[in-house]
Amino acid sequence: MIPGFGLTLGLTLMWLSLIVLIPLSGLVLKAATLGFSGFFDTILTARVLASLKLSFGLSLIAAAINLVLGLLIAWVLVRYEFPLRRILGAMVDIPFALPTAVAGIALTSLYAPNGPLGWLFGLIGLKIAFTPLGILVALIFIGLPFVVRTVEPVLADIDQATEEAAACLGATRFATFRRIILPAILPALLTGFALAFARAVGEYGSVIFIAGNLPMVSEIAPLLIVIKLEEFEYEQATAIAVAMLLASLVLLFLINVLQAWGRKRQGTA
Amino acid sequence: MNRDPLPIRILLIALAFLVMALLIGLPLVTVFAQALSKGWGEYVLALLDKTTLSAIRLTLITALISVAVNLVFGVMAAWAIAKYEFKGKSFLLTLIDLPFSVSPVIAGLVFVLMFGLQGWFGPALQGTGIKIIFALPGIVLATMFVTFPFVARELIPLMQEQGTEDEEAAVSLGASGFQTFFRVTLPNIKWGLVYGVLLCNARAMGEFGAVSVVSGHIRGKTNTMPLHVEILYNEYNFTAAFAVASLLALLAFVTLAAQSLLEWKKGHA
Repeated sequence: MIPGFGLTLGLTLMWLSLIVLIPLSGLVLKAATLGFSGFFDTILTARVLASLKLSFGLSLIAAAINLVLGLLIAWVLVRYEFPLRRILGAMVDIPFALPTAVAGIALTSLYAPNGPLGWLFGLIGLKIAFTPLGILVALIFIGLPFVVRTVEPVLADIDQATEEAAACLGATRFATFRRIILPAILPALLTGFALAFARAVGEYGSVIFIAGNLPMVSEIAPLLIVIKLEEFEYEQATAIAVAMLLASLVLLFLINVLQAWGRKRQGTA
Repeated sequence: MNRDPLPIRILLIALAFLVMALLIGLPLVTVFAQALSKGWGEYVLALLDKTTLSAIRLTLITALISVAVNLVFGVMAAWAIAKYEFKGKSFLLTLIDLPFSVSPVIAGLVFVLMFGLQGWFGPALQGTGIKIIFALPGIVLATMFVTFPFVARELIPLMQEQGTEDEEAAVSLGASGFQTFFRVTLPNIKWGLVYGVLLCNARAMGEFGAVSVVSGHIRGKTNTMPLHVEILYNEYNFTAAFAVASLLALLAFVTLAAQSLLEWKKGHA
């Protein structure tokens, strides 16, 4: 028996409690002092509801767009040989590694009316920075690697013999994709989607520069928490945070279920 | 290798490059183009500004403390989880991952609720004169919270894969627990450890949301690099904002380059 079980597990639990669990339970305790009516009085105000709707709605749209873009990039990286493939692959991780504030100001100066892309979209009458569309751009940016990185290994693992068999039996390329490839990568796709969504809901740094932050229009929920804190409205900040935390916990549970499904699918395939 | 017709292949590859260039390439180019838009002289001058230097120093101190602490914790957690079987292991793993699914703003908020003036320990702290919120300890705590899973997450799969045979052999030959760890385990996991530390460091230096909530934004005192970027940007001092941002972007490049190098090393080991 290797020594050190009690020591390492004990210190792990202690440190986990001190840094993560006790602070988080402090948040829940604070919310409990509000009571149900206090909690809902905060959540059900028009401004809070608008911010929650904006955060969750845009995150959902961004994750859906990432689903398509991520599958495209993962597909190209796994299936094709072409020049600069390794560079393209390495670039996928940039949104993970680049600090969010840097991404935020870069995207803003690109999409602002006097920026190159903002000017281009302006020609067709589309305003991106300082509108909800700008938030969407930032959320797509930070979510992209999640789908690519979860789909890539599963796509690489698919036995191409099955695809060849399908083709030999007369299936079209599209039918092969729909009947053989898509079912195999579906759990990974949905996991990537959920991870991108979860990240987008809580995202702050890359969004606040490009958002415009107009109450009721382009004010995300994490920003509203910060505003309430600055106004010393600790109770209201806590209520919004708890509502978001509950949503993330549900998502986390969903991601775990999806990953278990994916492992089972891979195991039986 | 695949039977997708050439036109489809070319189309998909071109689309992938277009998406990556627009979404990720352009923002990166923007950071450096804006930083150098007034020449190298202005760039260097912006970096040598007194408040910029103090932001760099605070970021380095914060990252040093939080990475060192999370390194020790991560190794212990990975040891406990990978080398032994016990009940509730997957629950413990979920708890370790928890900071990944909490919004950075909420990560900051929980420490304000604990140590802020109106917080659980606020009144007690005020008597002692110890400052946590709007001071270095708060910034370090919030950074530790958001970077908590990085090292453990990197090490756990690696150590699980390596099993316990080497350690058991060492122990049966009379090695103590510490000897076993430093002479047997550590050489086996060193590259994974380096990679985990790099990721942890990148996030620690780049964290914005959580630190923003606890820092108080006192110029020259509690401003980290990402917060300094925000202040400069909001003052319309774009050249300086992008100059500081370019340092953070370089950090992201170094992290990703090291990651590629380590993966290449693993493939050739």
